[in-house]
Amino acid sequence: MIDWLISGDRPRSVALGAVLLGILFSLAFAPFLFPGVRALDTAATILIFIVLVASYDLLLGYSGIVSFAHTMFFGLGAYGVALASIHMGPGWDALIVGALAGALSATVLAYAIGLFSLRVRAIFFAMITLAVASAVAVLVSQLFQLTGGEDGLTYRIPRALTPANRVGELFGVRINGRILAYYLLFFSCTALFLLLLRIVNSPFGRVLQSIRENDFRSEAIGYRVVAYRTAATCLSAAMAALAGSLYAIWLRYVGPDTTLSFEIMIDVLLMVVIGGMGTMYGAVIGATIFVLAQNYLQNLMGAASDATSALPLIPDLINPDRWLLWLGVLFVLSVYFFPTGIVGRLRAGR
Amino acid sequence: MTQTLLETTDLTVRFGGHVAVDHVTCAFRAGELTAIVGPNGAGKTTYFNLISGQIGASAGSVRLLGQDITRMGVARRCAMGLGRAFQLTNLFPALSVLENVRLVIQARRGKGFNLFSIAASHVEMTTAALAVLERVKLGALRDQKVSELSHGNQRKLEVAMLIALDPQVYMFDEPTAGMSVDEAPVVLDLIAELKHDSDRTILLVEHKMDVIAKLADRIIVLHNGALVADGPPAEVIASDVVQKVYMGREIADV
Repeated sequence: MIDWLISGDRPRSVALGAVLLGILFSLAFAPFLFPGVRALDTAATILIFIVLVASYDLLLGYSGIVSFAHTMFFGLGAYGVALASIHMGPGWDALIVGALAGALSATVLAYAIGLFSLRVRAIFFAMITLAVASAVAVLVSQLFQLTGGEDGLTYRIPRALTPANRVGELFGVRINGRILAYYLLFFSCTALFLLLLRIVNSPFGRVLQSIRENDFRSEAIGYRVVAYRTAATCLSAAMAALAGSLYAIWLRYVGPDTTLSFEIMIDVLLMVVIGGMGTMYGAVIGATIFVLAQNYLQNLMGAASDATSALPLIPDLINPDRWLLWLGVLFVLSVYFFPTGIVGRLRAGR
Repeated sequence: MTQTLLETTDLTVRFGGHVAVDHVTCAFRAGELTAIVGPNGAGKTTYFNLISGQIGASAGSVRLLGQDITRMGVARRCAMGLGRAFQLTNLFPALSVLENVRLVIQARRGKGFNLFSIAASHVEMTTAALAVLERVKLGALRDQKVSELSHGNQRKLEVAMLIALDPQVYMFDEPTAGMSVDEAPVVLDLIAELKHDSDRTILLVEHKMDVIAKLADRIIVLHNGALVADGPPAEVIASDVVQKVYMGREIADV
């Protein structure tokens, strides 16, 4: 049963299995294990980014396609939900229509980009995605009547998912709509991740890997490489859009900074590389570490700085204001020591 | 015996001013093994590339099973029954030996766009792939990564992938190049076995004359891109043209 759920793609390393189970457990019981608004926010962000990063890994790690438009698709999903909720009024139907419209437009756009540019060299595709993503970002910021411009949009979602909806108490934790929304995210993201895991382990996924390894030979044994690359691009775009829709449900706000910015694109790229390219589990680990570091490194450093206040120099070095510097150092080190990512390292060290 | 499977008519390709393949007209019949010989740079591999579609023709046509495939893509030609093994090993290096062959079987079965089943659960495809690996004596190495294989074993896998494709037209480009003396016979015996199947035709680019003499029903000679001789081995080897092309060396030894 479990083997079927994870598509027979076992962690193949005790340490990796333990880490993954730990993450799953923590996310599944986050509202009870880590009470507080900020902790729940972090857990939800991790969930969203696991799906976003995994969908990007389908492209980068499994198919060997470099795209810079992934956050654009993420944004399409988020804006889909936002616009539907505004124009149809808050409701489940708006969420579903918005998510589907976002995923559909992401697929269509990915298909168009793919048809234009996947026939030619990989670098050309990367450049086109960059251009299209920039153009969309500019459009969103200019069409402020529709998109709210740089301010973004706030909207209401079904009351059942808001803090105002008090359900009761469980294990001393007050259950409200926010926690229900968290579980909506948890189950959706788990399902989407398992779906991605299935796709990469399917006959289709194997073809993608063969194309990554040697597209010339894939074509020579009868796979139409362009068709497969386009399909992978569309699938990955649709998944990113769905992740964006879930993010929009969670935040009840969309704006260029939360969904479309190029910074997020780079974060996603780093998460894939740190976790391990071409291993779906790398997305789980990469997203978890990265989001945790983004949210808590500053606190950790503040605590460490205070604890070492008696010593010379050290408190200044680990002053919370320098957290970005240390985050950078962490990335450089992890890429240097784990060129195959954390998952690759754990599997090799078996 | 006389059914023509593959036919090139005035097939020509130019790279700038250089004519690499020059109006080659030739038909390949079922049940026949044709060796393609010629000195280095004679255009043998380019001729192969034109037939299998890696290079587009400048002029002339290629017909497969009576259908004009000159403008068709590589994958479609392959699906129609044209299979090719490559001179320089051309595999999926990070994947396992079994997976390399399994991918070919999967392509053959048209299962490439199957998105929601687990690849490993298609036992029948795995079994078929294993059977092919056994034929080239690679069964024991099934789980090895291809990049870790010896050169000889990579060559065998190259041949195994063509056999797994089960095409009507087999194209071997120096299948035993770089193989050790005790490895080559496995591959040559396999090619000899394929010959017994009379619905197929085999094209073989080869340098080793002993191999050609043993396997070929017919030899065609390319020189500077043009077809200069075509006939039964004994006749071609003895002909003046060939003696001249080869400076009388390699062939005279046979």
